[in-house]
Amino acid sequence: MSENALTNKGESSSALGSLPGGAAEHAPTTTREPASTLEGLSGVVSDWASDKQAFRVPWGKAMMWIFLLSDTFIFTCFLTSYMNVRISTTVPWPNPSEVFALNIGNQRIPLILIAIMTMVLITSSGTMAMAVNFGYARHRAKTTALMLMTAGFGATFVGMQAFEWTKLITEGVRPWGNPWGAVQFGSSFFMITGFHGLHVSAGVIYLAVVARRVWTGFYDRKGSYETVEITGLYWHFVDLVWVFIFAFFYLW
Amino acid sequence: MNRAVGTDAGHEHAEGQQHPLAIYLWIWALLFVFSTFSYLIDYFHLHGYLRWSLIIIFMLLKAGFIVAIFMHMAWERLALKFAILVPPLVLLVLIGLMAIEGDYTFLTRLTAFLR
Repeated sequence: MSENALTNKGESSSALGSLPGGAAEHAPTTTREPASTLEGLSGVVSDWASDKQAFRVPWGKAMMWIFLLSDTFIFTCFLTSYMNVRISTTVPWPNPSEVFALNIGNQRIPLILIAIMTMVLITSSGTMAMAVNFGYARHRAKTTALMLMTAGFGATFVGMQAFEWTKLITEGVRPWGNPWGAVQFGSSFFMITGFHGLHVSAGVIYLAVVARRVWTGFYDRKGSYETVEITGLYWHFVDLVWVFIFAFFYLW
Repeated sequence: MNRAVGTDAGHEHAEGQQHPLAIYLWIWALLFVFSTFSYLIDYFHLHGYLRWSLIIIFMLLKAGFIVAIFMHMAWERLALKFAILVPPLVLLVLIGLMAIEGDYTFLTRLTAFLR
């Protein structure tokens, strides 16, 4: 790196350092300063290597958002292919309202299990949002408890999904066929809910790991609870995906 | 040394994502209400365009509140909002194309099976 670039960064760094807390936004940032006067390939390397911050959020948060964006594309591909096979089949689609009905007492209640799973996931989103809030307020015990509750609701959700899979498999649903209609029902169901369930399971582990770190005071020593918010982003995204799966797969 | 600047700016912003607990509780309650309504659409066997439009309305309301409030997107800077929310719009093109493709396959199958 050229000496010029180093000097620039040094100056802006010290300038920022001397300013009081809220003034960072108005202070000249490193973004607008030419990083290097090098030409050719060295110039390319130097330009790409220079620290230019586009998003004024912690890097972990920006990366999580970009990961979630890529995940959005994956889930949309699944849901779109489901839409495509459902439109193009000449055989009637199994009625989800009846497929996912449960007998409770003597009554057959349509879609009840899915409704409960939806409520469980929304409850977990609420506890997660509060965990983030208490994290920034530096309430370690409350944050840990709320995150563990969130993980608990997540595990409950996965458990109910395991029950649902077992029920459908014993009734004869397979990726290549089922007793009620279009064969594509099974493959769409297992693929979409399986991939979502995998996300929930990963989220439960993620939550447990971060909750433990909250409890041991790791983020107090680090000086920031932004990791809790980033974990929250992932968890809310899992809930968000379920909103779409619920609407398009179960209700449509 | 430059890393210190980045961390400082990020830290400041992150600690800024503190909002009154009441707003989370309100959104939480709303999500329950919308989910219940979604379920009732099925429970009362609504059909056709009424069913589909209600499903989409409640879905978008829920998704919007989760992203805006729970994921704090409402309070982020415009650059991040654009970077995350604009790219998914191209997915609408994919969905449109695949819907047309699905119809075409359906009609082709009908013709093939009628012969």
